[in-house]
Order: sequence, then C-alpha cells, then structure tokens
Amino acid sequence: MSLSSPASAPRYEVADRPTLRLADILLRWETILVLLLIAVVVFNASISPYFLDFYNLSDATFNFSEKGILALAMAFLIIAGEIDLSIAAIIAVSSLAMGLAAQAGAPTPALIVIGLGVGTLCGAFNGALVTAFSVPSIVVTIGTMSLFRGVAQVVLGDQALTKYPASFQAIGQGYISTRVPIPISFVLFLILAALFGVVLHRTTFGRRLYAIGCNPTAALFSGVPVKRIRFWLFVLMGLMAGLAAVLLTGRIGSTRPNIALGFELEVITMVVLGGVSIAGGSGGIVGVAMAVFLLGLTTFGLSLINVPGIVISILNGALLIVSIAAPNLVGRVLRRKT
Amino acid sequence: MRAANFLRHRDSALALIVLALVVAIGLRAPVFVSPESLVGVLTDTSFLFMLTLAQMGVILTRGIDLSVAANLALVGMICALVSRAHPDLPIPAVIVMGIALGAVNGAVNGAMVAYIGIPPIVMTLGTLSVYRGAIFLISRGAWLTSKDMTPAFLAFPKASVLGVPILIVIAVLVSVGFWVLLGHTRLGRGLYAVGGNPVAARYCGIDLSAQQFFVHTLAGAISGLCGYLWVSRYGIAYTDIAQGYELTIIAACVIGGVSIAGGVGSVFGALLGALFLGVVVNALPVINVSPFWQTLISGAVILAAVVINARSEKRGGKLILHKARLLAGGGAST
Repeated sequence: MSLSSPASAPRYEVADRPTLRLADILLRWETILVLLLIAVVVFNASISPYFLDFYNLSDATFNFSEKGILALAMAFLIIAGEIDLSIAAIIAVSSLAMGLAAQAGAPTPALIVIGLGVGTLCGAFNGALVTAFSVPSIVVTIGTMSLFRGVAQVVLGDQALTKYPASFQAIGQGYISTRVPIPISFVLFLILAALFGVVLHRTTFGRRLYAIGCNPTAALFSGVPVKRIRFWLFVLMGLMAGLAAVLLTGRIGSTRPNIALGFELEVITMVVLGGVSIAGGSGGIVGVAMAVFLLGLTTFGLSLINVPGIVISILNGALLIVSIAAPNLVGRVLRRKT
Repeated sequence: MRAANFLRHRDSALALIVLALVVAIGLRAPVFVSPESLVGVLTDTSFLFMLTLAQMGVILTRGIDLSVAANLALVGMICALVSRAHPDLPIPAVIVMGIALGAVNGAVNGAMVAYIGIPPIVMTLGTLSVYRGAIFLISRGAWLTSKDMTPAFLAFPKASVLGVPILIVIAVLVSVGFWVLLGHTRLGRGLYAVGGNPVAARYCGIDLSAQQFFVHTLAGAISGLCGYLWVSRYGIAYTDIAQGYELTIIAACVIGGVSIAGGVGSVFGALLGALFLGVVVNALPVINVSPFWQTLISGAVILAAVVINARSEKRGGKLILHKARLLAGGGAST
C-alpha cells in the first residue's frame, strides 16, 4: 500500500510501524501462546509416554483440523467486527446434501462440489441478510443456525445417512501418502493457514478487514466497500464450513442431524484465544493457528490419560477466561503505575 | 396515557400475531384453545418467560449471557444432590439455595465483565463450558431421576395457588418485578441509559460497571431459581439438561423486539417473544406436525423478526443522519 514515488528518496519517514523492543516482543500475544504451547507439550509428554510419538501426534490432528479450518475464516469475520454462529448448522446442511446425493449414487467429485457449493450458498444467505438489512450478524446467524439445523432435522428426523463411497471417506480419513502418514485434512489446514495469513497480513484486502473492524463508518468514508467485503466474508465462511463438512462427513462416514453440534463455540474460543479481539480490529493468523494447536494438543494429551471430554471443556473454558483476563489485569496494573 | 405507553405499536402488533396464531391453531385443532390446554402452554413457557426477562436485562446493557442455561443445569443438579443427601431440607430452603447459588455463578460473570473488562460474550462462553463441566464433575456423569428426589421436592412445581399453577404465579411475580425494576426505578432506567449511550450515561453519573455486575447477578439468580424448578418439574437432572436453551432465550428476546445493540426492549415485548415460541413449540404436536420442525420454524421466525425490526429501526437512523447533514451544512455556511 505504499504511495511513495519510485525514484526519489521519500521526503518523510512515515512511522507506520512501532520500533521493536524486547519488552514488546515478550508481551506479545503470540509469545504468551508459544510459552503456553511449550508448557502443554512438556506437561503432556510428562504425563503420558504415548504423547511424543509421531504417529500418535499425526493422528491427533484429525480431531482439530476441521475446526482449525473454520477458525481461519472465523478470524477474518471477527477481525472485521462480525461473527457467524451458524457454521455448525451449515456443516449439517452441507453434510445432508452430500448424504442425499451419495444415496442417489453421486460419485466422489460431485459430492465434494455439492458439499462446498451448499456451504457457500448458506454463507451467501447469511451475508445477504446481514448486509441487506444492516443487522448485527450475531442475531442473523442465531436465526440461520436454527433454520439450517432445522432443515437437517426435518429431512433426517432420527435417521442417519451412512452410504458414502470409499473414495469419499478417504478424504476425511486418509493420509497424503502411505509413506508419510500425515492426514490430508491437516495438510489442508496448514496450506489454508498460510494462504489466509498472506491475505490478511500482506494484501489490501487484509488491511481493509482491520479498518472495517476498527471503525466501519470511517472505513466506508475512506472508500472501503464495507458491505461488499462483509458479504464475501460470510461467503468465505460458508465455503470453509462446506470444506469442513466434506472432511468431517468423510471422517465419520455418516450424516446425523446433530453433526458438528457446538462447533461454533469451540471455533470462537480458538479465535479469541488466538488473540483476536471479539470487538474486531485486531489479531493475526499466527496467533489463531497457535491457539488451534494449543487447544488441539491439550485435548489430545488429556484424552490420552482418559480425562472425559466434558472435563477437558472445563479447562478450555477456564483457559479462555484466564487468557483474556490476565493481560487485562497486567495492563491495568501497568497503567496504574505510570 | 399509561395504557398507550404499555401497549406500544410494535408490542401490540406482536400480540395480535400471537393471538392470530393461537386462533389459527384453534381452528385446526379446537382442543388447543381449551382453557386447560392454554394454561398448560403458559405453564410450559414459564421458564422461558423468566429467563427471557433475565437475558433482556443483560442485553439492555449491550451484553449477552450465554451461560444462563448451563447455570440453570448446574444449580438444578446441586439442588437435586443436596435434596437427596438431606431429604428433610424444607423446599423453601432449597429454593433460596438455588437462587443464591445461581446468583453467585452470575456474579462471577458480572465481576469479570464489569471489573476485569472481559467482553460478556467471551466470559459467558467460557463459563458455559465451565458450568456444564462442573455438573459432570459433581454428579460423576450420573443421572438423577425422580426416584432420587423426595415427594415434596417433586410436588412443589405441580402445586397451584388459587387454581393457578405455581410456575405461572412465579413467572408473573418475576415479570411484575422486572416491570417495576425497568420502568420505575433509577437502577432500571439506568440500564436503558447505559445501553442507549454508554458515554452519555457515564457523564450522567451512571456506573456502567455496577450495572453490568447487577444484571449478570440478577440473570444468575433467575437461572438458579429456574434450575430447581426445571429439575423438580421434569423429575430428572443430568449434564445436558437445557442444552442449547440459551439460544432459544436469546431468540425469544429478538422476536420480542429487544435490540442486541442494547438500550431497546420492553418487558411486555420480551414476554410476547417468549410466548410466541412457547405457542409454536406446544402447538406442533397438536396439529400433527413432527417436532423436528420446531427448530426450523423458530429459525424462520427469528429471521422474520430481525428483518421487521431492521426496517422499523432504519427510519430512525436515516433521520439522525439527515439532521447531522443539516448541522454540518449550517456549520459550513456560517
């Protein structure tokens, strides 16, 4: 976004980024996350000899790759000051569409297109409602959450769709090759994380998300097409939900009306823990990716020693609260001193 | 004048819609509009009435409480466990304990939101998981059924006062309490002021932190009350009771015209929003529609309410912009 003339030296030194100081680096959110991540790895390795095993760790990524993919798009939305509570319900509808198509005998490529397409359409529906009526996205997506989930419940009732071709299940369950046992879903997450990171931190589009999140009115007056960007963010979220639906449906090999129930809250926890302010306008993809690992590895380590899932969710909830409260408290103490 | 205020335009429209809905269902299934059936609908909806009002208090201050249902389930489980361990404990003591425990849980939310500065949605998202998990820990994952509860414990929510089911009586008392609080006390009017314009409210000497602490504690106390009533009415307590109910409560607020942006909402509107959902839920089996339709219908209704609210709110926004433009023009010319 540089406007300086190419040949002559710039007349002014624009202080567009703060000078780097050690204290700033140490107090950065990502630093705290790295320390937490190290603590989790050390703790997990000490409580279970099976934690630091390549094959175990590799398989553990199955459980958080789909949520990680969702967290990337959710981070975009939250940075731009929006939120989407309907993602789990979009997964349900998308999975339902794939299930019906698979029963009708659709081949794997068609299933993938249907899954991604239905997710994208649902996202576009959210985006259209939010932008056309200028209403808070939390309200709209609470509504569409019930609507989408309701569609899955009405069509499926208490049934499940389980007839999926083997090649389709291989996407969610498979590894990139037999010699390198890394799950396809995890590789997809890594590639997408890099892609989202570049878009957010190195493009005009990314900078505009921060502008919208900080002050939508000011962004609009600065020539940012706020509504159009908001709309496309919801479409992107829908597409990622469709992708998560493809991976999840393939992995568990069935579509139930309650598929992915409660994912939205876990994904938002990942994003907020990753240092994205829920009020919008700040945060980064590196932090979000690390929070995905942090929560994923915590869950994996504790489940190795047979801690029930619901107890792990207590820890995740507490982690969320403490990680937001601690910097606020530190900041308050520091401000009082000066 | 008072009556005209009470039945404001939007609320009366919603009241007519609910009435039309009841009449339409009655035409298809006359049994639905029998007095016993309608009393049953109100009794079933009484939890939603109380929790919607509690949630509205929080939303008025621009907050949101996602932990109400988890708080309800936790307190319900504690009440059931305590009652099993001490069967002689009188029911009023159990109720007071429920309210107090719920208030403590709510106060934890309130303190962190008001004095540490955690956004309400993040804080209550966290406590939602913590409270749900706590139920599992204290019950060790077990289910408590009516066999584990004393007859007195189970009988209370089925009692009636002068022929009116006690759940309705309690819901009416809570509603009147909210009506007085929001309309006729300094504290309640302050909630609207804080939600409408926090900066202006602060200059008027209204303490935002105290308000936030208060509404979260109040929401917790009502969740606690509903916790005991829920467990004793349905005769069962386990980790997942009222799972996802927080979103139904928020939906009732939205349908009732409570603005998520804060500062807008009436007791009457919120009650109507809850009643609407209550009628839909109770009517589906009566008119032979599969209960699987319930989620879809409430989603469609929420979206319809959102769109209608957005239209009525848009006009106000345009007017303000118009005035601002006039002011700016006037300022430039002088």
